[in-house]
Amino acid sequence: MAGLTLELLGMQLLTGIALGSIYALLALGLCLIFGMLGVVNFAHGAFFMVGAFLGVYFLGLTGNFLFSILLVPIVTGAIGLVTERFLIRPLYGRGIDYPLLLTFGLSYVLIEIMRVSFGIEGLPSITPDSLKGSMNVGIGYFPKYRIFLIAVTALIILGIWFFIQKTRYGLIIKAGSRDPEIVKVLGVDVAKVWLLVFGIGTAIAGLSGILASPTRSVNPEMGIPILAESFVVTVVGGMGSPIGAVVAGLLVGVVYSLTSLFAPALAELSIFVLMAVVLLIRPQGLFGKSGFMS
Amino acid sequence: MQAIFQLISTHRVLATTLFLMVFPWLMPYEALAINILIFGLFAMGFNLLFGYMGLLSFGHAAFLGMGSYITGISIVSFGMPWGAAILFGVIAAAFGGLVIGFLAIRTRGIYFSMVTLALGQIVYYGFYKAEKLTGGENGLRGVKVDPFNIFGFKVDFLNPLIKYYIILFFVVIAIWLVSRILKSPLGAVMEAIRENEKRVSACGYNVAQTKLLVFILSAAICGLAGSLRALHLSIVPIDSLHYLQSGQAVMMSILGGMGTFFGPFVGAAVMLYLEDVVTSFTKHWMAVVGLIFIFFVLFFPKGIWGSILEYLRVQKGTPK
Repeated sequence: MAGLTLELLGMQLLTGIALGSIYALLALGLCLIFGMLGVVNFAHGAFFMVGAFLGVYFLGLTGNFLFSILLVPIVTGAIGLVTERFLIRPLYGRGIDYPLLLTFGLSYVLIEIMRVSFGIEGLPSITPDSLKGSMNVGIGYFPKYRIFLIAVTALIILGIWFFIQKTRYGLIIKAGSRDPEIVKVLGVDVAKVWLLVFGIGTAIAGLSGILASPTRSVNPEMGIPILAESFVVTVVGGMGSPIGAVVAGLLVGVVYSLTSLFAPALAELSIFVLMAVVLLIRPQGLFGKSGFMS
Repeated sequence: MQAIFQLISTHRVLATTLFLMVFPWLMPYEALAINILIFGLFAMGFNLLFGYMGLLSFGHAAFLGMGSYITGISIVSFGMPWGAAILFGVIAAAFGGLVIGFLAIRTRGIYFSMVTLALGQIVYYGFYKAEKLTGGENGLRGVKVDPFNIFGFKVDFLNPLIKYYIILFFVVIAIWLVSRILKSPLGAVMEAIRENEKRVSACGYNVAQTKLLVFILSAAICGLAGSLRALHLSIVPIDSLHYLQSGQAVMMSILGGMGTFFGPFVGAAVMLYLEDVVTSFTKHWMAVVGLIFIFFVLFFPKGIWGSILEYLRVQKGTPK
């Protein structure tokens, strides 16, 4: 192939990792909610979209990107708390499909609310001034914002890992996802833990929305394809495995970006084909436990 | 009242056929009636898998779309007669069902929903990129059916009422087929799988094979709905392959009553009629349908038809 150099490949790899960071965050949120509540959040893409809209809106209002990054997850997390408390909680014990169906309906409502609030055209995405332009990464010039994106994602994932592995709350969450009955007997209010976990999951979805907003167009439908893509990541990584979510997120991002280098027309297809292959060879996903949900 | 509903449930194919014969006169215009007919069939094919076997697929738009596209391509690119085009559409959808079903039944529960959704998106992007045959983003245009003669009668698809009855002919065959499947031993095994998969397997039935077979049947029926839709609209929009379209089948089934024979048709009728009414005074139909759906999931999970049957304590189905 003419013009293909190692540098170009390296750059495309970096682009893939930047894209994969978003996938990893989304899948991690899905995975936390699923692992704890046994619920697949079909509104995850909608929360991502709401996060992107609020991010652009807050940034326009305050001009401070860091402030927006802090504010957005609080708002989407709060919406998540209300959702769990009043919509999903009545459905526990009624069969696994119902929360899924409900969140699917919720995604319709969230999309329409954003259309009413911000118009059907969406908002122009803004890259904060300090992160504009590109910088030398040794093999060439790479957009500053994407470096920032990768770094922030790494920080967030580390933070979540620390929270789950090293804190008391993390211990309760881990125990609760394994056996909620025992945790209840030990005197923990499991309902509160579920509420909190759903809130954290949707907060992460919103956060990935604002982080992704400078790299893609912000419109009410942006969450629709990304939901399917984060399902691909979840299936590839293995349902209910946080490590799987992160690794598969990055893998899917890299596969997408390398395919768009060699065969642009097949980029969207490639990640779904990757999933089909994983399903054939290892139905439980790369890091999934065998027999669990398969 | 109970007796009437019992009678309808016992003679379900006859009751549906008679009702659908007069249906166009109950609707404000024929195109809406045809739409309801087609989407009722789509939801019924989906309900075979979801309502009766408990597998929630989010990828059934793939079969609706494949039926539409293959029928459309057969007519537009190969100049086939419309009857053969429908046959090819259904076969293509059934084949799609075989491939997607083979991969998807390896998973269970909510995982199944995610996998079918993602596999359905493969078909969406595949047809989206094959622009030469499918028209890509603009959809496939020019699916025309020329007027023809049956027993001396001139049949013209441009007359909506005649189109309705031609489509009804195929829908009734499919309804009879679904009713027959549900009454057969296969139908009993399907419902048993929904209730307790392990026990069915312990009884010596091949669960994986049954799942795959029902998946293919369900795909073929959705494919027929798609084929008919291509003839009805004379275009195939690319959106008919998108997973939101699968979501529509899910919503219709829940709204009408999953696992009931008439539920999907009731759901399709209510949803499409409401859409017709609501969109005449607001643009925000998606919010309305979303809220209605959430309301039903929370408070009427059995749907409209299912709740009526439960209220009247109608015995399910016909004696085996």
